[in-house]
Amino acid sequence: MWGSMFRWLDPYAKPETLYHLCGRLLPYLMVLAVFTLLLGNIWGLAFSPADYQQGDSYRIIYIHVPSAIWSMGAYSSMAIAAFIGLVWQIRVAQWAVLAIAPIGAVYTAIALFTGAAWGKPMWGTWWVWDARLTSELVLLFLYLGVIALSGAFSEAARGIKVASLLAIVGVVNLPIIHFSVEWWNTLHQGATITKFAKPSIDPSMLWPLLISILGFALLLAALTCLRLRSQILIFEQHRPWVRQLLDSKADSTQKEQN
Amino acid sequence: MVMWRALVQRELQLLGRQKADWLNPLVFFLLVLSLFPLGIGPEPGMLKQIAPGLVWIAALLSVLLSAERLFKDDYRFGVIEQLVAGRQGLFSYVTAKICCHWLSTGVPLVLVSPLIAVLLGLDWQSWQVLVVTLLLGTPVLSLLSVLGAALTMAADKGGILQALIILPLYIPLLIFASGAMEAAATALPYTGQLAVLLAFLLFALALVPLAVRQALRMNVG
Amino acid sequence: MAFNSWTEFWAMGGYALFVWLSFGTTYALMLGLWWYSKRQHKQIQQQICAKAAREQRVRQHQESEK
Repeated sequence: MWGSMFRWLDPYAKPETLYHLCGRLLPYLMVLAVFTLLLGNIWGLAFSPADYQQGDSYRIIYIHVPSAIWSMGAYSSMAIAAFIGLVWQIRVAQWAVLAIAPIGAVYTAIALFTGAAWGKPMWGTWWVWDARLTSELVLLFLYLGVIALSGAFSEAARGIKVASLLAIVGVVNLPIIHFSVEWWNTLHQGATITKFAKPSIDPSMLWPLLISILGFALLLAALTCLRLRSQILIFEQHRPWVRQLLDSKADSTQKEQN
Repeated sequence: MVMWRALVQRELQLLGRQKADWLNPLVFFLLVLSLFPLGIGPEPGMLKQIAPGLVWIAALLSVLLSAERLFKDDYRFGVIEQLVAGRQGLFSYVTAKICCHWLSTGVPLVLVSPLIAVLLGLDWQSWQVLVVTLLLGTPVLSLLSVLGAALTMAADKGGILQALIILPLYIPLLIFASGAMEAAATALPYTGQLAVLLAFLLFALALVPLAVRQALRMNVG
Repeated sequence: MAFNSWTEFWAMGGYALFVWLSFGTTYALMLGLWWYSKRQHKQIQQQICAKAAREQRVRQHQESEK
């Protein structure tokens, strides 16, 4: 059943096809990402009303929440790619792990930084050992571990496999870490900080937030396409199609110069 | 089973010959513990308060460091390549390694725990809880450290990389183990934390050996 | 528009530092990652081309020596 269900995906597991697909998708994704990001953020920054409790500082939500959501989304997609890559031995899925990891790390760093900049005016401090903040910090460490491990081997293909395994171990551990940290925080201090109630958010604030979330997702997709193309080139550099591709590219640039 | 016993015997013999492999982590553990009073100040009240976190951080560092060279020799001499190629003994080898690693690092920590209690001014009750958390927690430490060592076996950079990838995974253990000791110190019920620790142990016992086996295959393959 | 004037917009109700710091850092990081990935892609292409050219030179040299 599995075989027939995903047969249509088979051609995309071929590096050459995927390279060209990513190349074709990249400009559309990038334009869409920039458009939705700017739309969501400008709407949120300038046109949605100020929060009655937090004033204008709440506008950080339009980058904080999307980056936090997709820092975890990127980790899950990375782990799924790692799983597919290891179980079915699909090399492009393994390369995707390496393509996504730095993007996820940057998203996590953004979520942490904007969280701190939001916490300072609201809670009076840049950092509290809140359960969510701590989990996000651990997520950053997990990303850095995957990146460091993938680069530690002289044989790159081996490094990617081992890093994929670590990504899977991490995704099994993440819920446990999150639950432990939550338990630990409630033990040490009561819930002194409660985020403002989510369901009561006004549509005029919700729409720009949803658009920003979409924008971050599109940017994640665009960056993944770009970085996956680099990975494919690195690992396929001895294949004739790469040589032909680069030769024809060099020819066309020479003609332009002439 | 016969193979497993042979492998355990081999490991124990190796440990018997290379005493530094299990003595150094123990000394390191005691050394780290004695550094804290020097750095923070020797007030017994304060020491008692931070003792749970202290003992556990020192324990996980010493267990982690002891695992660094765990597979290096076997890798260099081609033992692991043989086992991977043989397609049979690898799982027994992994479980024997984990078991012996715990015997050589976890058990000594439990044995020196009375000394820790004296150094940090723990009472009888706290010491009992410390022993129980060590008994439940150090196997998990060993399992994860062995996983870290297996992942980084063929890597060019060892030590610090292994710590970087494994330390985040230790967080739940640290929280619940020191939580149990803290609860016991304030005369609160702590069986819940111990149950969670036991759950971690069983969960890790079920999954980590498989991951270690896979990691070894990748490093050789 | 939730603000009456541009100065009010830039002031962000007194939270200018935090809001603009967050947005500035976010966009700087994103642009940085984009630029880095783009440059990396170009470098890889150049490296592969240079390698191919070198291999060809070696081959030509070997053939001329025969």
